Amino acid sequence: MAFHEVLCPLPGTFYRKPAPDAQPFVKEGSMVATGDTIGLVEVMKQFSEVQADAAGKIVSFLVENESAVEAGQPLAKIETA
Amino acid sequence: MAGRFKRMLVANRGEIAVRIIRAARELGLETVAVHSDADREGLAVRMADSAVAIGPPPAAKSYLNIDAMVRAAVDSGAEAVHPGYGFLSENAAFAQAVESAGLVFVGPTPETIRMMGNKSRALETAAKAGVPTIPGSGGVVETIDGALHAADSVGYPVMVKASAGGGGRGIRVATDAQELRKQVSVAQTEAQAAFGDGSVYLERFIRRARHVEVQVLGDGSEVIHCFERDCSLQRRRQKVLEEGPSPALSQATRERLCESAVRLAKSVGYRSAGTLEYLYDGDSGEFFFIEMNTRIQVEHPITEMITGIDLVREMIRVAQGYPLRFKQDDIAMRGAAIECRINAEDPDKNFMPSPGRISEINLPGGPGVRMDTMLYPGCTVPPYYDSLLGKLVVHAEDRPAAIARMRRALKELRVEGVNTTRALHLRIMDEPWFGAAQFDTNSLEGWLAARPS
Repeated sequence: MAFHEVLCPLPGTFYRKPAPDAQPFVKEGSMVATGDTIGLVEVMKQFSEVQADAAGKIVSFLVENESAVEAGQPLAKIETA
Repeated sequence: MAGRFKRMLVANRGEIAVRIIRAARELGLETVAVHSDADREGLAVRMADSAVAIGPPPAAKSYLNIDAMVRAAVDSGAEAVHPGYGFLSENAAFAQAVESAGLVFVGPTPETIRMMGNKSRALETAAKAGVPTIPGSGGVVETIDGALHAADSVGYPVMVKASAGGGGRGIRVATDAQELRKQVSVAQTEAQAAFGDGSVYLERFIRRARHVEVQVLGDGSEVIHCFERDCSLQRRRQKVLEEGPSPALSQATRERLCESAVRLAKSVGYRSAGTLEYLYDGDSGEFFFIEMNTRIQVEHPITEMITGIDLVREMIRVAQGYPLRFKQDDIAMRGAAIECRINAEDPDKNFMPSPGRISEINLPGGPGVRMDTMLYPGCTVPPYYDSLLGKLVVHAEDRPAAIARMRRALKELRVEGVNTTRALHLRIMDEPWFGAAQFDTNSLEGWLAARPS
């Protein structure tokens, strides 16, 4: 089994949901394709999408919703094969 | 007559908090700054006579916390609260809470904020005052004949919009009756598929709209205008660069526009500084009221440069209980002003925000140049708030001279430690379409998309 970690593109606050009362972009155990949005990072009131840069199954998220994140920090683990 | 207060709390942060403290100082007032834990070393905190901590960095827990803000005002012995822009500035419940605590809110009444902050009530108020709003069908159109009939009074080109749509989705444009016949049923089918609701309505389509806004000052009975600003250069509906007067308006249109703004503000007995936003249709020469901002705006220095009126000072004076010092005939406009918003963003990387520590800074100076900023060498730009670092504003005898002055001032400006939008503004100054003032609200995004990176 091979795993891939999605890294945070910029520092800020990580959100797993498009809105506070919405469903998460993806759940643990779901399949994602390359380019699928898996979360948002907010910095200075701007939201940037975090996209899966590999296809496979989301094994786990490595940070909580609404937590502070750094650039380069692993956000999610994808099982690629 | 003595004013109603001697000590004023500034319920904001960043460059506008600094701006308000400056105006208060000149009026001989004591100032109280507030700060989140991230802004302890902010310039406003350093400048104010005293400062109060109001909570942790996220705005929802500090600058948007009504209870903490009112408590800070009461505990610091402030007798008035200036809300600035953004945050709680257009929150009627906050204005109400300030007044209920026995303090003066430096702005309009809570009722005015409530009324003008509600889009449909604001449009109704405008219509009652005889101020034009964007023509529309005023409700759902069910049939093609109904749409054709409605379009005759709306006027072509029309947009067919999904009632359940939003953010530009579910919109089709028809330039004549023949096209409208086709578009109505297509739009209904699309709306049904996209939103589960097939209802559509009509609105006039403005192909080349300019965002033009009128600055007003009122004392609760008298209202005057201080002419207009043109804020058409936007990205993602955020203003990037503004100027005044609008180069798109004839003198006759300017007079009608500003007169309509005074009429509307007067009809609600407006008190304090406010701005009425309009769309100006460059093709037809018509203008339409879209909304009112019941607060001081980011781009207010443009108006201060072309009229010589200190808007923040005047809004504090009105809050003190004094009548307006100026009559309409006292307000004259001279020359042209341009404002560039200097943001902590990288324009070459899709405007990625760039918080950090300012290692070095050189502010431009010389004739006709003003920079409103909270930056100082060694200060930190926190990641929690918007990216505005400052506003570079220039004034000169006419628009070409203002452009030359802005180019010169932008070249003098140096900010080290974070990425800024300075270079983007320099490129805009050199664009022929900017020099010729040929742009609308879509132009900047179109130019950015086409620009070689």
